[in-house]
Amino acid sequence: MYDFEVARPSTIAEAASALSAEGAQVLGGGHTLIPTLKNRLARPSVLVSVSRIDEMRGVRVENEKCLCVGGAATHAEVASSAEESFPALAWLAGNIGDPAVRNRGTVGGSLANNDPSACYPAAALAVGATIETNNREIAADDFFRGMFETELKEGEIITKVRFPIPDAGNYQKFEQPASRFALVGVFLAQFGSEVRIGVTGASESGVFRWADAEAALSADFSTEAANGLPAAPGAMINDLHGSGEYRAHLMKVLTARAVAAAS
Amino acid sequence: MEFVELIVNGRTLSGEVEGRKLLSEFLREDLRCTGTHIGCDTSQCGACVVHVGGKAVKSCTMFAWEADGMEVVTIEGMADEDSLGDIQQAFQDNHALQCGFCTPGMVMSAAALLDENPDPSDAEIRDYLEGNLCRCTGYQNIVKAIRSVAEQRESAAAA
Ligand SMILES: Cc1cc2nc3c(=O)[nH]c(=O)nc-3n(C[C@H](O)[C@H](O)[C@H](O)COP(=O)(O)OP(=O)(O)OC[C@H]3O[C@@H](n4cnc5c(N)ncnc54)[C@H](O)[C@@H]3O)c2cc1C
Ligand code: FES
Ligand code: FES
Repeated sequence: MYDFEVARPSTIAEAASALSAEGAQVLGGGHTLIPTLKNRLARPSVLVSVSRIDEMRGVRVENEKCLCVGGAATHAEVASSAEESFPALAWLAGNIGDPAVRNRGTVGGSLANNDPSACYPAAALAVGATIETNNREIAADDFFRGMFETELKEGEIITKVRFPIPDAGNYQKFEQPASRFALVGVFLAQFGSEVRIGVTGASESGVFRWADAEAALSADFSTEAANGLPAAPGAMINDLHGSGEYRAHLMKVLTARAVAAAS
Repeated sequence: MEFVELIVNGRTLSGEVEGRKLLSEFLREDLRCTGTHIGCDTSQCGACVVHVGGKAVKSCTMFAWEADGMEVVTIEGMADEDSLGDIQQAFQDNHALQCGFCTPGMVMSAAALLDENPDPSDAEIRDYLEGNLCRCTGYQNIVKAIRSVAEQRESAAAA
């Protein structure tokens, strides 16, 4: 790993100022970034650790309608704190990797990284989360910009994420057995009769909302409607873990399972 | 260089570490606590699991300075003066190790599990050990050993 300087701020303002240095980068839980550094695929000048910033920690319910998660909150914190208020998101967080990964990995890191097989992006899109940074708010629909690309500007920090709590929600993850990431993951959220679906691990353009499924299930919330869905639009990821056709099929199966589980 | 002060297995230590020094390297190279093993160095295998602030973490995927001010417990901290800790003893009694490479991480994960859930089912044990790989035992005896610790602790508490 190349050498770097370290900044250990205790406030968002200090972190933002440390990030204004040329080549500075945020360090969250390090579970993506440290392997990248080991492989010398990144060469930051300064790593700015956000894990000791109190204002970026914690998980709270706001007005019974919204789960507010600090950008540096760990998967383990979300899994234990959201169990009652938002069980589908708690389940998602509690099934990322293994307990040691969940004790370090953070929500902000997962969203900023936007791995095409990551779980949180599917949830953020499905519930219409708002991603708060040190200088603006970004709607999930505008945030994800294809694999590993987001709307974040250089030096911008995800400080908080607000997840609206749906009336019913469910996450179905088909695990890739070696990495335990989602081979395909489907997050279903229902607000009244409106259904929203976020799909990860399937499309070559990264996480996306499946509009055909949303329309069909908002009109008829049944597994039959899910099974009758047209083929997914666009190019599917096609790799040694599964063909594009296989992934398109999984999307339908997982959506039907999510409907059954949320009914 | 980063200044750090940590409590490792009950001993307070302070000094300077390079920013890029991993916690696993700090424990093994600087403190000579070589019980913490490095298997994959990519957070897959769990051989390097230690506790930081009471939580199981993979020490190969954390910098030493990130543990500043925290309590760190490694496998060396699991034994009493000259006898094995109860989890270590149960691993021996139940033949839960063969080559022993995975064992330090297994014991540290088992300890974290039993702190969170003193009476885990076999399925809960297997689920918790998802990030600890063993290439020898087939896991059966590891699960048995952890169950036996839960039972021993329960009967000791009842007595
Ligand atoms: C064995 C293993 C299994 C895993 N399984 C899964 C899984 O099943 N599902 C899943 O979704 N993920 C999985 N992950 C990934 C895990 O969730 C990571 O923790 C996550 O992708 C990155 O989060 P982090 O906090 O570790 O970020 P880091 O590695 O610290 O950072 C990742 C990137 O995000 C940036 N960043 C970090 N925090 C912020 C912030 N607050 N604001 C702006 N930018 C930031 C960094 O600069 C970096 O570019 C797994 C990882 C491992 C090692
Ligand atoms: S050496 Fe850390 S997980 Fe394998
Ligand atoms: S005992 Fe050999 S790897 Fe587990």
